[in-house]
Amino acid sequence: MSVFSRLISYSRKRSPWVFRVNAGSCNGCDIEITPCFSPRYDGEQIGALMQGSPKHADILLISGPITLRTKEIVKDIYQQIPSPKAVIALGSCPASGNVFSGSPTIVGSAEAVVPVDLYVPGCPPRPQQILEAIQLAAKMLEKGETHSQKEAHYG
Amino acid sequence: MDNWWLRALFSIFIWPGLLCGALFGWLLLWINRKSLAQLQGRQGPPFFQPFFDFWKLIGKKTIIPVGVSWAIFYSLPIISLFSIVFALAILPVPWGGAISFEGDLVLFIYLLEMPALIDILAGYATRSVYAQVGSTREALLTIAYNLPFLSGLIALALRLKTFQLSVFTSAPISIATVITALALFIALLAQLKVNPFSIPNAEQEIVAGIHVEYNGLPLALFELAHALEVSTLAGLIAILFLGAITAPWLKLVIFIFISILIIVLVSIIGAGTARLKVQHAFRFYWTWGLIAAVLVFMASLAL
Ligand code: SF4
Repeated sequence: MSVFSRLISYSRKRSPWVFRVNAGSCNGCDIEITPCFSPRYDGEQIGALMQGSPKHADILLISGPITLRTKEIVKDIYQQIPSPKAVIALGSCPASGNVFSGSPTIVGSAEAVVPVDLYVPGCPPRPQQILEAIQLAAKMLEKGETHSQKEAHYG
Repeated sequence: MDNWWLRALFSIFIWPGLLCGALFGWLLLWINRKSLAQLQGRQGPPFFQPFFDFWKLIGKKTIIPVGVSWAIFYSLPIISLFSIVFALAILPVPWGGAISFEGDLVLFIYLLEMPALIDILAGYATRSVYAQVGSTREALLTIAYNLPFLSGLIALALRLKTFQLSVFTSAPISIATVITALALFIALLAQLKVNPFSIPNAEQEIVAGIHVEYNGLPLALFELAHALEVSTLAGLIAILFLGAITAPWLKLVIFIFISILIIVLVSIIGAGTARLKVQHAFRFYWTWGLIAAVLVFMASLAL
């Protein structure tokens, strides 16, 4: 590994920019994301920034059970993020459908739509856990362990 | 002759150009973000944050939007970066000033305008509605903030009877200098797109403004150009106050000190204000900017 690629992968760990998408969430998870960037938890300490455009992001935060209407949108947003990228599924909803499971209007699993790298348990998860997940995802980006990086490697 | 070329290249690429300008710009950007965070009761980013952001963006894959020519997509940030590098190379900082001639102020102003023009073009070229809204606002703001900016510089040039930047640094400090610095500072807020005038890149409001479609390497180049712009514009105000000092190292210390002071002031204003509407910003510049312009001309011609 040359000095440059080492510098770049280290920088990936230190500057995770986040884009969030609400895929039919009850808003509980989304409300827990905002405190991550408030004075109490301050995600900027670990270099995290909330980005408005998926093209600037490294990490996609998905909340909600992926309703049928948002399925294509989530896929589209995932493709708009330039690789390397990581996906974090927030809360129980994208993992199992949670309280919405059995509903005919949801997919119920984020895994079925985009490759998920990390799950954060909880309904909703606490901001500390969300920040920890962002940091873990950044570490995965550094080591090249996310799905997007592995697929690029094999494919 | 050879020697001059070497010195010119040195001032373009190393001091005060690309290398030192970028490092200094990153330092100023970090100070801006850190002091903003502290004022909001947060911890703020670590010291190397702008540096890491830049390298991470370099390492990302670039997605070119459908229907946009790659040549335009890549060339815009490169032009923006190089024009600001040349502008910085002209700036007569201590130990710099290899490129200096009568009329370099005109070239300097032209080069400083380039990033704003490129931003407007980039917004329209990337075919995103958000970017186009950003471009329109930037174009309007350009008309607005250039009133105090240009009148400040022209008044100073009239007073010193020269269009050479290096004379500006050696001129003694007077009331006219202070008022010019004030006029430039008013314009600086909009040029750096910081809070009351963060209208073109209004995050949350029009997603990410002009650079919404930019990503990867071209975005990194835009960010680098922005860092250089910060150091050039803060440096431009700082050099006005170097007249009375002769020792180059003391000049350097004061240069850095004034630049940092300006950025801290910018952060305080940014933390204390909310974003204006574009018409209000326009009115602000055409009233207060006009007053500043008249004052500047009066001070520099009469005093
Ligand atoms: S996990 Fe709980 S809080 Fe989060 S979206 Fe689902 S139901 Fe709402």
